[in-house]
Amino acid sequence: MLSTDNFSTPTVPMCTLKTGECATVRAIIAPGSIRRRLQDIGLIPGTEIRCVGRSPLGDPAAYRIRGAVIALRAEDCRGILVEA
Amino acid sequence: MGLTRTSLAAETGGTGGARESEYLIALMGNPNVGKSTVFNALTGMHQHTGNWSGKTVGAAFGNFSYGEQTYCIADLPGTYSLHTHSAEEEIARDFLTESAPHLTVVVCDATCLERNLNLVLQILEVTPRVLVCVNLMDEAKKRRIRIDLSLLEKRLGVPVVGISARRRQDILHLTQRIAEAVDSPSGEVYRVLYPESVNEKNHGEADEIATALVHAAEEIAADVVYAQTVSKSREERIDRIVTGRVMAYPVMLALLLIIFWITIVGANVPSSWLSAFFTSFEAPMYGALTAIGAPVFLAEMIVYGMYRVLVWVVSVMLPPMAIFFPMFTLLEDVGYLPRIAYNLDRCFHKCSTCGKQALTMCMGFGCNAAGVVGCRIIDSPRERLIAILTNSFVPCNGRFPLLIAMTSMFFVSGSSALGSLTGAFFLSLIIVFSVGVTLAVSALLSKTVLRGLPSSFTLELPPYRRPVILSVLVRSVLDRTLFVLGRAAAVAAPAGILIWILANVKIGSGTIFAQLTGILDPIGRIMGMDGVILLAFILGFPANETVIPIMMMGYLSAGTLTEYGSLTELHALLIANGWTPMTAVCVILFSLMHWPCSTTMLTIHKESGSLKWTALAFLLPTAIGAGVCILLNGFACLAQRF
Repeated sequence: MLSTDNFSTPTVPMCTLKTGECATVRAIIAPGSIRRRLQDIGLIPGTEIRCVGRSPLGDPAAYRIRGAVIALRAEDCRGILVEA
Repeated sequence: MGLTRTSLAAETGGTGGARESEYLIALMGNPNVGKSTVFNALTGMHQHTGNWSGKTVGAAFGNFSYGEQTYCIADLPGTYSLHTHSAEEEIARDFLTESAPHLTVVVCDATCLERNLNLVLQILEVTPRVLVCVNLMDEAKKRRIRIDLSLLEKRLGVPVVGISARRRQDILHLTQRIAEAVDSPSGEVYRVLYPESVNEKNHGEADEIATALVHAAEEIAADVVYAQTVSKSREERIDRIVTGRVMAYPVMLALLLIIFWITIVGANVPSSWLSAFFTSFEAPMYGALTAIGAPVFLAEMIVYGMYRVLVWVVSVMLPPMAIFFPMFTLLEDVGYLPRIAYNLDRCFHKCSTCGKQALTMCMGFGCNAAGVVGCRIIDSPRERLIAILTNSFVPCNGRFPLLIAMTSMFFVSGSSALGSLTGAFFLSLIIVFSVGVTLAVSALLSKTVLRGLPSSFTLELPPYRRPVILSVLVRSVLDRTLFVLGRAAAVAAPAGILIWILANVKIGSGTIFAQLTGILDPIGRIMGMDGVILLAFILGFPANETVIPIMMMGYLSAGTLTEYGSLTELHALLIANGWTPMTAVCVILFSLMHWPCSTTMLTIHKESGSLKWTALAFLLPTAIGAGVCILLNGFACLAQRF
């Protein structure tokens, strides 16, 4: 799943996105349970996402994923590599 | 979600489900798509709880009829997928496979159809007897999203209905289409094409399956959904404030304050009306009982024991509940509760627990038993158990009257607008304290008996929605208020008789009540209270609402509950019995932290399935409450000495 060498621009973990930034998911290297959850909400390689805000204490952050706004903890989306 | 008649009845057990002659229909869908609104609209008030295959579940059942036929419809918990994660999703999946409903209605959100289609496709793999109900068409229109329903019908191979659940004629149309769909044979339905490497039974290929499903949903949505992208939605602007760095917590506190203020101000007058109204029946009732030849002790037991406690519970509880519950339901319907969980998640994360615990905690404000049932939304068993064990640290509706009475009597002077605002302020402070305790105990549990790392967390922040005011009122008053009141009254009546007997039957030198308070008095004193208070808490085990009436009965030598005139009289009575503001503080603290009520204990046992955890749920808050009271009282005594 994880092969970053064929991407034109380098990927970054999703949790580093700032409010308002858009990105495309390139790879998910998260383990089992969170991986299934992310797939359920439609987060797979190729999905476009946008960081729409952060909670008052900085974590979790809210992302617009396929029309819905989903809150994810930084810890959980560290394993989601996105390309800005 | 939340405290409803049905969610509570799920743990008390009920009978029902479909009868032989009826059609069984399952209602499924992602969370937050208005599934419950559709269910309520379809069934009106004809709902009942049920179980199937001998297994009691958190599903609500209801009936509706079309023509001659009656349909039984099961409202299953919201789910993102059929691949099990949480207990709630397991319920939904098992129902589909085990009960084999005649038709499965999948409710979708028109504003994010693509993700909803993912679930539709998964359900189509289990059964072809599906009707897709695209809800929130009005919201979609507002956002300039257009959906080609007939094309969607063609692509999926099953009937598709577009509705706005709040419109009556749409619901009628849906009923008609359900009736047609049940009777017509199923055709060729859409099949997801999996890559050849995927063998349907092989779970090792989970990634490929999930990807294929997402792509299939994407492809269908691309054909049927025409959307003009709006650069910045209304939600994002509101969210920037209510979940923003600066305003999030002030907004939360302000809402809390306003809700309590309205509750206190609004409940005062109706409370005294109800009390005066019901008390006026006392004398005629006593007269009637003696006239038909009832012995004096029986007449006194019924009127001064049972009836007075009942009147107290009704007149003290009904008005605040009738105000508090609708406001709470309103917040729930608007979509603010998930934002609370979002704002507080960092704190729960630090305690190695799930942010959804904030939601179950909020449900606990209504009723702890409902909060415990609500913990099913938490996936990880460890985090679910922590949420269950700590739920009773937030005061339920049965404890609010005591908290309101204590703060108004001892910490608020005058009954002016300023006075009630101060009262609301103190109550909010108590709530913030109880949330703090919940967090601290959760952290303690995560570090000791329930050690572990926080599991993954995904929380949807649904769009803000205009609530259907009438439905809010009906649901909160009928489902919540009357249900909780009914339960309290059912417990209060026998409790009234028991208390009367304890307070009137003499053993040796004094009544049983006096003997018991005498035994408990030393323990109560160490905790800054007295024997009467402690006994009131113990006898209040079936219902916390009865703690104050029992206390009053204990202090009055008459041995019956005094007429509830006003808080001023109660205040005078308490002062005469040696109460100080310190006593009130200890009573408030012990009320926040002591054993959960009997209903909650039963629910905890059912949900945790273990006597060990149930015992801990009893001992943990009790030990903490007693400890805090003893420490506080000790310091107070020391401070006085020096």
